[in-house]
Amino acid sequence: MGIRERLSGNEAIAYAMKQINPDVMGAFPITPSTEIPQYFSTYVDNGEVDTEFIPVESEHSAMSTCIGAQAAGVRAISATSSCGLVYMTEMLYVAASDRLPITLAVSTRALSGPININNDHSDAMGVRDAGWIQLFAETNQEAYDNYLQAMRIGEAVSLPVMICQDGFITSHAIENIELAEDDKVRKFVGEYHPDNALLGRENPMSVGAFGMPCYYMECKRQQAQAMIDAKEVIRRVGEEFGAMTGRSYGLIEKYRMDDAEEAVVIMGSSAGTAKAAVDELRAEGKKAGLVKIRSFRPFPAEELVEALKNVKAFAAMDKDDSFNAHCGPMFAEIAAALYAAGETAPKGINYIYGLGGRDVRLESIRRVYAELEQIAATGKTGETYRYLDVRE
Amino acid sequence: MNYKKAAEINENISWRDITPGCNIYEGGTSDTVATGEWRTMRPVLHEDKCKQCLLCVPVCPDLSIPMEKDGKRGGFNYFFCKGCGICAAVCPFGAIEMIPEEK
Repeated sequence: MGIRERLSGNEAIAYAMKQINPDVMGAFPITPSTEIPQYFSTYVDNGEVDTEFIPVESEHSAMSTCIGAQAAGVRAISATSSCGLVYMTEMLYVAASDRLPITLAVSTRALSGPININNDHSDAMGVRDAGWIQLFAETNQEAYDNYLQAMRIGEAVSLPVMICQDGFITSHAIENIELAEDDKVRKFVGEYHPDNALLGRENPMSVGAFGMPCYYMECKRQQAQAMIDAKEVIRRVGEEFGAMTGRSYGLIEKYRMDDAEEAVVIMGSSAGTAKAAVDELRAEGKKAGLVKIRSFRPFPAEELVEALKNVKAFAAMDKDDSFNAHCGPMFAEIAAALYAAGETAPKGINYIYGLGGRDVRLESIRRVYAELEQIAATGKTGETYRYLDVRE
Repeated sequence: MNYKKAAEINENISWRDITPGCNIYEGGTSDTVATGEWRTMRPVLHEDKCKQCLLCVPVCPDLSIPMEKDGKRGGFNYFFCKGCGICAAVCPFGAIEMIPEEK
């Protein structure tokens, strides 16, 4: 039985870091993730962890610090948000292509402009092709649980992992949470002893090679395979975590989908609101269901096809926009997954929602289901690229 | 795991066999790559003008001017020298001449 506590999402992440006791943290503050290094630096100062805490002058340097440390052979972590994540982007690609399993906590936030500190997924979605595994949390509990699984996943496939939660909505809201005991966490996460590392005197290595055209593509194909392989690892680690805590995880979560005719596909904290809407609709006799994406990278294409192939209509909810005059990234990838699998019966629409902290209410989600019912009844999708709750 | 040394990685290697991130599982791999081939200008030492003042040795960005045991500079290491010409520029005696590299 775990330890019952009340923590904000940022506190929960910092607590998970403390329990894991990683070797190096490169840190630069930015709202709303600032509290993570802030709380963690207290653990460092109190001697509760052995971590080398390196305050740097920018997020670019924070990620560079992590790359150097992880390549040297130790566990490296950081935390960031919004433009901080964007500023890290160059180094995010290096971390992934150098195959360094760094762990980055992201409290997601909108990007400028207009300047805005509130939640959406523009930052994490903006770096979705950087080669990082990306897990998204609905609740503080999931943010904590995902963090405890991150290093097991990343180290198994030699890829870095981003643990995303919704800025302010979960990062600052205090919720009941069940923590795992320190000894159980340490046993679950294990120690990090790479066979080769820059500081490994026995087995020397060179990192950061220049990959000419005759090598670059083979290198990238192998990196792509690591992301494909990550799917099974995420499932296996999620099940093992369930055996320890009673909370199991997969790539997606299906909610009341068994006989669903209308489904919403959503990611992050708004899944909680959408589940409540599903419960209301079910009580009214409607066949509403929900699919929550936990792993955006790797993208759970097969799982989503399986979940959606029998619905009449679905809405992909993107908490950011690609500004491509077409659709958000989640809709694009779901539609591609269905098409590639030859499943063209479900009618799909896309909602851009919750940008810059725009409140997502039960009524908002119910409006989406009302549209889906119309589409299911008429077979006509109309405009597929829609904005939710925007003033006309 | 897929731990290869530089000599085991060549242009015929498959994506399954290439090392993660093109990492190389040994140190000092610059010994295996003749980067001096990039040179378009070659420094030539005129020993009759050289006073062994050694100003050229520390300015070489590629450590391509070796020191000998007798305390004098040796000949250029053309395996690494890129022909940047800094040595020629700092030489007060005109003892280093840059000539076009010809193959």
